[in-house]
Amino acid sequence: MQVPETFDYERASNIDDAIALLERHGDEARLIAGGHSLLPMMKLRLAFPEVLIDINDVPDLDHIRIDGDEIAIGAMVRHAAILDSALLAEHYPIFRDAERVIADPLVRNRGTIGGSFCQADPAEDLSAVGAALGGSVVVRSSSGSRTVPMREFHEGPYETKVGDAEILTEVRFPIRNATGSAYEKVERRVGDWAVAAAGAFVQLDGDMIADAGIGLAAVGADHFIVPDAEAALRGKPAIRESFEEAAQLCHDQCSPVTDQRGPEDYKRHLARELVLRALTRATARARGEES
Amino acid sequence: MQVKMTVNGEEREADVEARMLLVHYLRDELGLTGTHWGCDTSNCGTCTVAVDGQAIKSCTMLAAMAGGRDVETVEGVAVGGELDPVQEGFMREHGLQCGFCTPGMIMTARWLLARDPDPDEATIREAISGNLCRCTGYENIVRAVRWAAEHPEGATDAEEVSA
Ligand SMILES: Cc1cc2nc3c(=O)[nH]c(=O)nc-3n(C[C@H](O)[C@H](O)[C@H](O)COP(=O)(O)OP(=O)(O)OC[C@H]3O[C@@H](n4cnc5c(N)ncnc54)[C@H](O)[C@@H]3O)c2cc1C
Ligand code: FES
Ligand code: FES
Repeated sequence: MQVPETFDYERASNIDDAIALLERHGDEARLIAGGHSLLPMMKLRLAFPEVLIDINDVPDLDHIRIDGDEIAIGAMVRHAAILDSALLAEHYPIFRDAERVIADPLVRNRGTIGGSFCQADPAEDLSAVGAALGGSVVVRSSSGSRTVPMREFHEGPYETKVGDAEILTEVRFPIRNATGSAYEKVERRVGDWAVAAAGAFVQLDGDMIADAGIGLAAVGADHFIVPDAEAALRGKPAIRESFEEAAQLCHDQCSPVTDQRGPEDYKRHLARELVLRALTRATARARGEES
Repeated sequence: MQVKMTVNGEEREADVEARMLLVHYLRDELGLTGTHWGCDTSNCGTCTVAVDGQAIKSCTMLAAMAGGRDVETVEGVAVGGELDPVQEGFMREHGLQCGFCTPGMIMTARWLLARDPDPDEATIREAISGNLCRCTGYENIVRAVRWAAEHPEGATDAEEVSA
């Protein structure tokens, strides 16, 4: 029977309360959102916080809405709500693609976007989606809110810019014209973490690629990105040759490791193939040829 | 700590450690052993219960986190000895063999039907993809859920006779 180490449980009633509790209990305290990364780690004794601060009752963290020229997603929005969101499907179908293959419906009823970003597991699908889209992360402490660019948020595996007495409150994505996005993942069995996965975002200017973003999960890409591959796409015609060049750069520059999910060369192969497919589908969507 | 919640419509309370998981609270503190406990790693789904109407894996939620919430387990599904259509579907379509996965399957199926009263086969298979069954091959489970979708009021008298 897997049982966590002992700890004290506190329930925060609002954001300020959560921050005050974090400050009071110091660096041995952890927030718990869906608990679907933290509790399994605690059960395996890979994590042993002394105090858990439950933020499931905190209001104002469960919105998906347009705010100015951005889409804002509250930290406590569950995977299931992201999957069901018509607003996200309209602007960024990459979310729907990714959520369909994140875990299973029961896990998706609990796991949150804030927890996914803060967990920063190198195989986390939503982190790769965020990397592809860009945007920003809003982090709050007792001295106020600050906005961290998405691509600076993840400092490394399991490390983010969120400090000890801080809470991620919102993730924001710019709304842009003539864009398409898509996510492609290969897993060993339904509901499993990725062997490899790739998200792509494309903005077109006529037949040319005005801007592009690629996010990679589970293949050891620093910050989930390969900037050279994105640079290679900008200003190029939106055709297969351009996508192949970017996909090859991802293949060459990511650094997967051999593990129980597959050998290193297979994961590199997947990185190339999945980037190619994601770019192709994102472009078709930008042209309105696919939904 | 004192943990109080509504379970199957009744206020329940127990003094437990903060680290106690909801599945053990239900089984060991409240004696509701209908909720099964299998993999312990959030994979098999046999521990599925509804918390505030959402089907969740109770091995991956602290009892403390369910405090103040409304929990439904498989024991709460039949009302006054009358089987719920999902339970009846499992019986009629032979949706179980050993029965180990069944409580979780039933709770997930009820959550699905509350959201989507007429799901097609693909939707049902997707919905139960977090619930593993080692016996049936899923075919009859899908039929059981379809049966429930087609009989939201349970069996008619005519079917009662032929069954
Ligand atoms: C069986 C299973 C399969 C899974 N499969 C996949 C998969 O295929 N792909 C995938 O991407 N994920 C998968 N996951 C992980 C799932 O997506 C988790 O829900 C997610 O990683 C974490 O979200 P959470 O809300 O549960 O976070 P929690 O476990 O509650 O928290 C995770 C970490 O983030 C911190 N945290 C949480 N919220 C905040 C906040 N607002 N501010 C600051 N810190 C915060 C916590 O302190 C903790 O350190 C799977 C999980 C399980 C159990
Ligand atoms: S015991 Fe909870 S998912 Fe297996
Ligand atoms: S009936 Fe035996 S595991 Fe499903």
